[in-house]
Amino acid sequence: MGQTLRVTVNGEARSDEVEPRLLLVHYLRETCGLTGTHVGCDTSQCGACTVLLDGAAVKSCNMLALQADGAEITTIEGLAPEGGLHPLQTAFWENHGLQCGYCTPGFIMAAAALLAENHDPSDEEIGRGLEGNLCRCTGYVNIRKAVKAAAQAMREGAAAPIGG
Amino acid sequence: MIPAAFQYSKAGSVREAVAQLREAGPEAKVIAGGQSLIPLLRLRLSQPSHLVDVNGVRELDYVHPEGDHLRVGAMTRHSTLARSELVQRHLPLLAEMAAQVGDPQIRARGTLGGVFAHADAAGDYPTLAVMLDATIVTDRRRVAARDFFQHLFTTALAEDELVCEVVFPMAPGPHRYIKFRRRLYDWAIVGAAVQKMDSGWRVGLTHVGPTAVRAAAVESRLQAGASFTEAASAAADGLEPPSDVRASADYRRHLAQVLTRRALEQAA
Repeated sequence: MGQTLRVTVNGEARSDEVEPRLLLVHYLRETCGLTGTHVGCDTSQCGACTVLLDGAAVKSCNMLALQADGAEITTIEGLAPEGGLHPLQTAFWENHGLQCGYCTPGFIMAAAALLAENHDPSDEEIGRGLEGNLCRCTGYVNIRKAVKAAAQAMREGAAAPIGG
Repeated sequence: MIPAAFQYSKAGSVREAVAQLREAGPEAKVIAGGQSLIPLLRLRLSQPSHLVDVNGVRELDYVHPEGDHLRVGAMTRHSTLARSELVQRHLPLLAEMAAQVGDPQIRARGTLGGVFAHADAAGDYPTLAVMLDATIVTDRRRVAARDFFQHLFTTALAEDELVCEVVFPMAPGPHRYIKFRRRLYDWAIVGAAVQKMDSGWRVGLTHVGPTAVRAAAVESRLQAGASFTEAASAAADGLEPPSDVRASADYRRHLAQVLTRRALEQAA
């Protein structure tokens, strides 16, 4: 009983037969093999499954895959060119914006949506912008530092280091 | 958690949506933003036979000022309402509420019409609609907000009826919505909304009963010249709030009074 889903994932146009009840997060992880998008809470609260849908941060556990028909999706794997790191990824690394790392892809995708709209967010704006994401390890201080550092790097147009 | 199986179809217009609902029968449901429905599907608390997806009904995504009213299309998303200059100019309390729904990811998907059709006791917009005497426009009729919300998750909508628009009176004057919650993205444990109109104050309460409540006792005390503190002490009159894991009924009565007073003080 599959229906056809046509969607662009990280720049690649795809067409897959999917069941209506398939959630976007399971499509990304199981059909596309993009396991960087995590399932955290399964109750649409934690934000670990955040991806960009036509540029807006959304929780991919809270959408049917078929609802993404015709859309462009960016996951953590597609944020930077192959082998490189996005300034947010570099900044989370350098500022130790993670401990266990499970929530990190979601934080980075939510932060990417925030920085696309606001190039120089205040601490409070970062807090508001990331209120849909939970981290149970870091206490958020280093996450905020990382987002500020990434914003600065992006404003200065620093190129992402390739190859690490 | 995986939802139970269902059929799925997309509607491109109001007419198509209603036809698909009718065709699919009484166990069919509409899916708009899905931010409340999908968690219910995953928990299998809801097991519709068929979902009619109205995200493609772009004709319902608008904010139109008309005379002294603001018409808002059902498919307008929270993030759009929060940013809309028209909403900020003509009914800033709606923009203030929209900016406090869920979190950014939820606001990017959730819709005005979805909130009305879902009718959660903790929904924010129903409070505004009830206190301002808004009108809900469906594919076939107009229903006053006070008649639309009947009980928990229960509205006047027929099984094949679609919310198309909500018509609010314009209200650019002093206003405030205070939503008491333990975590930013959470539902209101209790919420209090106040709006100064030409005719006097309107006061509404969220999550103090199965549906949104207009605090008429507070309004009439204000009309009679009572202080904000005196007037707000009537906010719990006649309420029978729920007791749940978040708050007891007594605590909700207390919050109704405190939040109403604060909202009046902050709005004035």
